[in-house]
Amino acid sequence: MKKRMVVLALALMLVAVGSLAAQTYYIPLISKGFQHQFWQAVKEGALQAAKDFKVNITFEGPESEAMVDKQIDMLAAALAKKPSALGFAALDSKAAIPYLQQAQKAGIPVIAFDSGVDSDIPLTTCATDNVAAAAYAADKMAELIGGAGEVAVIVHDQTSRTGIDRRDGFVNRIKSKYPNIKIVSVQYGGGDHLKSTDLAKAIIQAYPNLKGFFGANEGSAIGVLNGVKEMGKVGKIVVIGYDSGAQQIAAIRSGEMAGAITQNPVGIGYKTVEYAVKALKGEKFPKFIDTGFYWYDKKNIDDPKIKAVLYQ
Amino acid sequence: MADTPNPAKAPVIVTKLAAGTKGAAARQKILAFSSLVLLIIVFSLMSPNFFQPYNLIAIMLATAVNGVLAIGVTFVIITGGIDLSVGTMMTFTAVMAAQTVAVWNLPVPVGILVALVTGVICGGASGIMIAKFKLPPFIATLGMNMLTKGLSLIIARSKPIYFTNAPSFSKISMGTIFPFLNDFQIPNAVIILFVLAVLASFVLNRTIFGRYTFAIGSNEEAVRLSGINTDRWKIAVYAVNGLIAGIAGILIASRLNSAQPALGQGYELDAIAAAVIGGTSLSGGEGTILGTIIGAFIMSVLTNGLRILSVPQEWQIVTTGIIIIFAVYVDMLRRRR
Repeated sequence: MKKRMVVLALALMLVAVGSLAAQTYYIPLISKGFQHQFWQAVKEGALQAAKDFKVNITFEGPESEAMVDKQIDMLAAALAKKPSALGFAALDSKAAIPYLQQAQKAGIPVIAFDSGVDSDIPLTTCATDNVAAAAYAADKMAELIGGAGEVAVIVHDQTSRTGIDRRDGFVNRIKSKYPNIKIVSVQYGGGDHLKSTDLAKAIIQAYPNLKGFFGANEGSAIGVLNGVKEMGKVGKIVVIGYDSGAQQIAAIRSGEMAGAITQNPVGIGYKTVEYAVKALKGEKFPKFIDTGFYWYDKKNIDDPKIKAVLYQ
Repeated sequence: MADTPNPAKAPVIVTKLAAGTKGAAARQKILAFSSLVLLIIVFSLMSPNFFQPYNLIAIMLATAVNGVLAIGVTFVIITGGIDLSVGTMMTFTAVMAAQTVAVWNLPVPVGILVALVTGVICGGASGIMIAKFKLPPFIATLGMNMLTKGLSLIIARSKPIYFTNAPSFSKISMGTIFPFLNDFQIPNAVIILFVLAVLASFVLNRTIFGRYTFAIGSNEEAVRLSGINTDRWKIAVYAVNGLIAGIAGILIASRLNSAQPALGQGYELDAIAAAVIGGTSLSGGEGTILGTIIGAFIMSVLTNGLRILSVPQEWQIVTTGIIIIFAVYVDMLRRRR
């Protein structure tokens, strides 16, 4: 008797939490995670777009970025729901290909987001234009050091797409627009805080007149910051970072770091849903959608718009 | 083992210890099975997309790896032990298979053999630590968890290894030996799960190995005093668990067409949960393979069903937690009777 009651309660709970299928478009987003602040911000953007375009969405991702098989199971379940379109950020593109082909065969448009999918099945990829964002960092650097002097860069690596794009975006903008600024060194620290710190110190040692330093991801930026601090150059070298994280946010508040570029995860989520809807309406669009970025510093760090895209 | 008084008498004691528990386990099995059927009915009523061939296959495929791991861990739990290393051990065997096939360019069967042997060695090592060095199973296998996790990352250089040179490898899980069933092509991974379950059930119920597994879990001291080398049997049980983790390793590597070295952490708890939901007692001496398979299916049906109903992910986790607590609570009620 008791058991039957519990079972009944359980069934009722399922009814209560399960949203009933409506007539509107249904677009599941399968992300690379869901607990991290970054992904929560992507989800928030997707939910906003769902409201604006009057579609139903769900947002799911595995507990850790190692769980490739769990992401595949999520993808399979999403396809079983016969969705109108699909948003996907692959943990491992190769493992997902059979399911994406299935989506393609069933006529379900796939929109890739964030790091995207290594395949030509997705109609477009909604992600940060890292070249443009890093170029903006170069403009800020030029402004802050007065348009002349020596500048150095630490990048996480020379093989990943983000590493290449951020390096080239920064370096090319300086070269083409600011002839009086000289990039004296571009080094790679693997995104490792300690390794990047040692690199930064060596560069500062080699170029005592260095006026600016750009770290191209969170680990690189923290390394640059540590190097500048340990060499006693705070205030003498302008430090510009990328992404967020507790340390970088604290350094910007205290003025040790001049500012940083942050991606716009809310925009990534929003655009993914927006372009899925466009695909369903048969509209044409380019293979890459820039989701935008923000510059943040001491002045605007508490701006609600900026706060929403920063994570600890 | 100094004095082995009367080895002839041993089987009698073992038989007594092994019996008497079957009825209770059977009841739990029926209970677990009705819960599974109920879940399927509820989900089918709530969404037309649930009870579809495509989705049922997705559920079975999602159960395969956890189900295989759970079969192995059932043996261990019946002896009154625990194995926290099955998830990462699985990954390690997958990495070893990938290293053999994709890096050393050896044939696929060699890769499979390497994975299985790796599993037996790791599992056996845990068994030796537990039986001979008297380490608590919790600690010994936690150590093995970290050890295999670290070794996987080292060997694979923290990057996935792809079976690009052996396209046939993915057929192990994703191919099907029933290609004629058009809409309902059951992938081999699922067939392997069921075949393994039948084999394991036979071993557990019809062989001396199974008998000692139950007996050690019921009263290890009595078994030891009746002249049986319990250490050796315990080591064997952990080694068999390792072997089965090796099978899971092959299945997951084949399904993903790659060995993912960072994967595996947390999978041990899913396997243990499946065994316990299926009526395996954490205090040892009780459990069935059928129950464990049902337990594994309850978990994957639940996960899939909640996804199909578009329940927010946070609530999926809460619901799964409640179901596990509920399942074990029912088990406790039954035990108190």
